[in-house]
Amino acid sequence: MTTVAHLHDATDSPFALSHLDSLESEAVHIFREVAGEFERPVILFSGGKDSIVMLHLALKAFAPAPVPFTLLHVDTGHNFPEVLEYRDRVVARHGLRLHVASVQDYIDAGKLRERPDGTRNPLQTVPLTEAIQQHRFDAVFGGGRRDEEKARAKERVFSLRDEFSQWDPRRQRPELWQLYNGRHAPGEHVRVFPLSNWTELDVWQYIQREKIELPDIYFAHEREVFARSGMWLTAGEWGGPKESETVETRLIRYRTVGDMSCTGAVDSDATTLDAVIAEIAASRLTERGATRADDKMSEAAMEDRKREGYF
Amino acid sequence: MSTSTEQLTEQLAATTLLRFATAGSVDDGKSTLVGRLLHDSKSVLADQLEAVEHASRSRGQEAPDLALLTDGLRAEREQGITIDVAYRYFATPRRRFILADTPGHVQYTRNMVTGASTAELAVVLVDARNGVVEQTRRHAAVAALLRVPHVVLAVNKMDLVEYAEPVFAAIAEEFTTYASELGVPEITAIPISALAGDNVVEPSANMDWYGGPTVLEHLETVPVSHDLTSCHARFPVQYVIRPQTAEHPDYRGYAGQIAAGAFRVGEEITVLPSGKTSTITGIDALGESVDIAWAPQSVTIRLADDIDISRGDLLAPSGDAPATTQDIEATVCHVADQALAVGQRVLLKHTTRTVKAIVKEIPSRLTLDDLSQHPNPGQLVANDIGRVVVRTAEPLALDAYADSRRTGSFLLIDPADGTTLAAGMAGESFATTKTVTVVEDEEGWDF
Repeated sequence: MTTVAHLHDATDSPFALSHLDSLESEAVHIFREVAGEFERPVILFSGGKDSIVMLHLALKAFAPAPVPFTLLHVDTGHNFPEVLEYRDRVVARHGLRLHVASVQDYIDAGKLRERPDGTRNPLQTVPLTEAIQQHRFDAVFGGGRRDEEKARAKERVFSLRDEFSQWDPRRQRPELWQLYNGRHAPGEHVRVFPLSNWTELDVWQYIQREKIELPDIYFAHEREVFARSGMWLTAGEWGGPKESETVETRLIRYRTVGDMSCTGAVDSDATTLDAVIAEIAASRLTERGATRADDKMSEAAMEDRKREGYF
Repeated sequence: MSTSTEQLTEQLAATTLLRFATAGSVDDGKSTLVGRLLHDSKSVLADQLEAVEHASRSRGQEAPDLALLTDGLRAEREQGITIDVAYRYFATPRRRFILADTPGHVQYTRNMVTGASTAELAVVLVDARNGVVEQTRRHAAVAALLRVPHVVLAVNKMDLVEYAEPVFAAIAEEFTTYASELGVPEITAIPISALAGDNVVEPSANMDWYGGPTVLEHLETVPVSHDLTSCHARFPVQYVIRPQTAEHPDYRGYAGQIAAGAFRVGEEITVLPSGKTSTITGIDALGESVDIAWAPQSVTIRLADDIDISRGDLLAPSGDAPATTQDIEATVCHVADQALAVGQRVLLKHTTRTVKAIVKEIPSRLTLDDLSQHPNPGQLVANDIGRVVVRTAEPLALDAYADSRRTGSFLLIDPADGTTLAAGMAGESFATTKTVTVVEDEEGWDF
């Protein structure tokens, strides 16, 4: 590996911000715009790294006052127990208010039906939309990033949704300068993406710089897994493995954290943030390509889910 | 943990960020240039390339179509056109980049204006065989109008003109003359072949006569900031932070992102539009107390006096405060499908302040191809650029866009449905007046 001593380029004036400072400032500006213009904002908080960074930014944006938003978690019923435990710990530490919309409750009540493939990610849309309507949330912060996926690359920072949460990519408002237009009719809401311009690597570097605690499953650990569709899925009560699938113990970590039924682990010995960052910098796969079964379904899988109101 | 890992993470953390826009059509080789920048900086990952190769094959194309990397929507892929601005992210060891890739065909003006609004640099592509054409002049005009500080003219397909210096020199001179007259402050012309890779990432072996940087070298080294202490300092208040907790019973801070210049503790400031004054007693820069902060940092400013300040107010140094006005003359780019007409009531959003406004006059519409002005068009429709006179219900502390992109820009919004109608830039359109007035034939007149 080439090791280049790196300081700010001589061409950059002392006033040039580092890329992390630029991204942080932009995200904080977005949080404050929403606090200034909306009545009932909520942060979608899954306990995944992107939502953890969002919450960290929100805490910084309003300090020393508390965060003026509540949190909403759509619990698929197949979440990693380590992540739920982390979620509850963070909520308690910062004195936040958490709403939980439960996919399992919808299935138990017969309002949603389990899919044949056992994947619960697409089932989150209805509980999410109904929670937004029920609590009359008018701004909903999501941790989506444009570098994640090509439909997301076309997403606005302020994304208007109708009363069914639907996204119409051809009717988006152009976004100029740092002027965000959050006007919406009663019943409509705006999805807000403060991390739009962050990459996966930026998120990890920021976590390292800010010394943000993460759920343990982001770091290398031994786990019982089995192979499905080219990914390592965790064995457990959610429904895997099938009889034809063999369970083995491997040293793995998670690059993304979602529903256990469709979030794959990657082989890794990265037990520290430095090692994780080095691993990502060298990776030849995107995080979704490496770890998400639901995005492999078709070229437009994410666009279709987003149109229906997905995150 | 190895030393190299530590060095890598340190190196990755120390870079700056450049936002830039590319303008041009597929015919100029823009997708090839963008594809090469992404590919050669290893920003296209294996699964993305595999998906593009698969999609290209299923469309009967032999080579992977790199446009599919950015055409993220089903409609775009089905029609083979780019509908919307696509944002791409890539990095080199020296800098990280946010690229706004603006399409050349559909909603052209709207998209390029959007991409250029946040860009510090614009890359304009021309085909070396065709030289400066109407579209090139339009690109230069948008960059000049949006006051993009740096413009790169990439003269592409040099391989098809035998890498001939005179061809490049003539195009570079014609473009530089035109763009300079419009007030573009810095123009860098680079001869390239995106397809062959000449002067994109690697220096060309075919053009010994060219001693300048490659496109990537230029992107890596162009200054992203300048001496901000010499600019007008501007701080739009976004939100008032008042914890009212046992720990912080009296804390009162004004949260916002510094829009221009720098602010210091001890400085006397004026609040606009009220005109009240106070002194900065503290600047909290996201958890750190600092003596000086500058654009575009998000900070919280504390003042010596408990005066009435709320969202929408602007703090400026008392010696350098902008005048407030209710009558605005500006250039607007119309971005909505519905028209903007004289007499129309709108909302005007300027920094953190939204006020009622009425369109008093539309003195002219501008044709970007030849910069001709067409007087009194009565209305502006999608992708029109025109001059407007707007009267606001409340005074605004508005700068000329030429002096401050952030505090000289505004949106016009339809109060009925919230649609963003137009993007406005206060003051003169261009740094110099190159426009010519054309009197159009009107119905009922016989000359």
